[in-house]
Amino acid sequence: MKILKSKDSEYEIKKGRILRVKKITDSEKLFEIVLPGGENLNHEPGQFVMISLLGVGEAPFSISSSPTKLGSFELVIRDVGKLTHALHRLKAGDEVGIRGPFGKGFPVHILEGSDLLFVAGGLGIVPLHSLINYAIDNRRDFGKVNILLGCGKPEDMLYSDELDEWTKRLDVNFECTVDRADSGWKGNVGLITSLIPGVNLVPVRTFAIVVGPPIMYKFVITMLLGKGIPERQILVSLERHMKCGLGKCGHCQINGVYCCQDGPVFSYDKIKNIRESI
Amino acid sequence: MERYVVLKEKYFNDFISSVAASGQKVFAPVAKGYNQYAFEEVTSGNQVAMDCIPTILPPKKFFMPQYETIATYDTSNGQNMKPVVEYENIVLFGVHTCDIAGIQCLNMVFSEHPKDTNYLTRKNKILVMGYECNSYCDEYALCRLVHNHLPNGGYDLFFTNLENGSFMIHINTLIGEEFIRKFKNFKEANDSDIQALEGLRERKRKIFAKNEVPIEHEKIPELFNRVYDSKIWDELGKRCVACGNCTNVCPTCYCFDIIDESNLDLKSGRRYRRWDSCQNESFAKVAGGESFRAERSARQRHRYYRKFRYPIEKFSRFFCTGCGRCSRTCMAGINIKETLIKLVEEQGMKNPDAG
Repeated sequence: MKILKSKDSEYEIKKGRILRVKKITDSEKLFEIVLPGGENLNHEPGQFVMISLLGVGEAPFSISSSPTKLGSFELVIRDVGKLTHALHRLKAGDEVGIRGPFGKGFPVHILEGSDLLFVAGGLGIVPLHSLINYAIDNRRDFGKVNILLGCGKPEDMLYSDELDEWTKRLDVNFECTVDRADSGWKGNVGLITSLIPGVNLVPVRTFAIVVGPPIMYKFVITMLLGKGIPERQILVSLERHMKCGLGKCGHCQINGVYCCQDGPVFSYDKIKNIRESI
Repeated sequence: MERYVVLKEKYFNDFISSVAASGQKVFAPVAKGYNQYAFEEVTSGNQVAMDCIPTILPPKKFFMPQYETIATYDTSNGQNMKPVVEYENIVLFGVHTCDIAGIQCLNMVFSEHPKDTNYLTRKNKILVMGYECNSYCDEYALCRLVHNHLPNGGYDLFFTNLENGSFMIHINTLIGEEFIRKFKNFKEANDSDIQALEGLRERKRKIFAKNEVPIEHEKIPELFNRVYDSKIWDELGKRCVACGNCTNVCPTCYCFDIIDESNLDLKSGRRYRRWDSCQNESFAKVAGGESFRAERSARQRHRYYRKFRYPIEKFSRFFCTGCGRCSRTCMAGINIKETLIKLVEEQGMKNPDAG
C-alpha cells in the first residue's frame, strides 16, 4: 500500500481559532471562531460547517451568525455527545478544524421584498439566528418581519440579550412562548403553534421560515398552509447527521435526497412528497 | 474496430505467473472452502477459481477499502492534519460482469461533484480483467433483470472461455493493449474465433432468455413508485436482524462513517473512513436521539429503493448489479429475487415472458 499526500482533498480542514466562548444556558455555549488571516467564511444563512477536534471526531453544526458579520463566525453548540463535550471544554485561543460551509442555505435574494415569518422551536433558533440577523442588517430589503420563538422552559431560552433587543425594535415583531413556565415567567405559555393564529399576515407575500424539532414541522406547516401561505413559500431546515458533507456517506439521505448537498434548507413543495423528510 | 486476441487455455497459468513475476500484484477469485470464494493475491493461474459464484466480498474492497486512512494528524501544536490517499498498483483478474457493473456504479458516485479524490486516484491504479460467465452461477443471480449478464464495458481486458481450449480476450483500453503486449502467447483472433464468440453469446442469450423476476426491466421504477407502503417491507422488517451483511457484500453499497483513531501518545493518529450500513439502527440517528429510519422495515425498504429507484434519477441506472450476494449472505434468508417477485405479484405487474 502506498500513501500519497493529497493536495486537494475534500477532507482538508482549515484551522479555526476560538476568539470567545460564552456559556448561554446550562447545556449550550456560543463559540466565536476566526479563520486563518481573518478570512470570511463566506456562508449563506442556513448553511453548516463540519467542526473537527482531531482525535475526537467531526460533526456538522449550523452557522448561527449572519454573513453580514465579517471577520469571524459563530456556532451555538449543545453539550450532548463526545465531540460536543470536548468542544465545551475549549477556551478562547484554542483551535478547531473547519470544513465547509456546506449545503444550500436560505435563498436570501428570493426572500427580498417579501414579508418574513420566522417560526423557531428549541434549537431551531440557532440556524434561524443567521437569517434573522441578515434580515435585520438588510432591514429595508424586506417587508414585515415576524419572529415566533418557542422553547421548553424559560431557562432554555438562547440569545436572551438579543431577544430583549428584538422585543424593543420597532421594525420587528417578536413573540415567544414556553411549554412550561416557572414563577418568574411573565410571557406566553403554550406550544409554538399557539402563537401562529395571532400573527397578522398577507399570505401571498409572506415567506414562512420554520426550523425546529421534527414533531414541530407537521403541526406548524399545517397551520401555515391553513393561513394560505403557498407551499413554495414555506421554508424548512432539516436536521440530519452529515458525516462527510459531500453527498457520499449516506447518513443524511432522505429517500433519494442527500440533505447535505440538496439541503438542509428545502421549500415545503419540494419535500411534501419525500416521505422521510418530516 | 473491436480488438480481440486469443490465449490458449494451457498458457493461462503461465500468463498469471508471468504477470506476478513482473512485479504486478494480481488478485483473483480463490476457493475458500465449500462454495465460498474471495479475491486474494495469486501468483499462478492454477490458484484462480475460474467458474465460481460471486466472491464473498466484491472487488469494491480494492476501490473503496473497508478501512481507508484519509488523513494523519498531530495535535501537539494545534489542529494539524495531512490529507492522504492510499493506493496500490494492482491487477484484478476474474471480475464478473455483475461486479464490473458495480465498479461502474461506484465510479459514477465518486466522480459526481463534489468528487472524491481518494477514490478517483485509487481507481486509476487498478487494471481490470473481466471474465465472462457462460451460464448462471447459481439460482440467486438476477443479472438478466438488470442487464448485466453480458459485458457492457468498464474493464481494460475481458476474458471469455470459448470452451474450445482458448480464451477470447476483448481489449477495451490502450492500457489493456499495452499490458497484454508485455506477455507472450497472445495471438490475434481470427474469423473462427469471432464466430466461436458469437456462437457462445447466442447460446447465452437462450440461457439468459427471461428476466429472473417476471417484470420488464423498464417497469421496475414504476413498480417502486407503487410499493412504498407495501406490507412486504413489514415482513422483511420482522425477519431482518439488522446485521448489515447485505450492504457489506453489495458491490454498490458505498456508505461510510468517518472515525478518528488516536495513537498511544494521544496526540497523533489517523482519520479513516470505514464501511457503514444503513441497516444499523444508529445510521440515521441525530444528536437529539431522533432516528429517521428507526424501524428495520424502513431500513430494508431504504436498501431496496437505493438499488432500484433513487439512482434512476441521479445516474439513470439501477444500482442492483444482479450478483445475488445479499441473498446468499442473509442470515434471515431475505432474498432479493423473492422479494421482487412478491412486489411484482402484489402490484399485478407480472409478465412471465419479460426479458
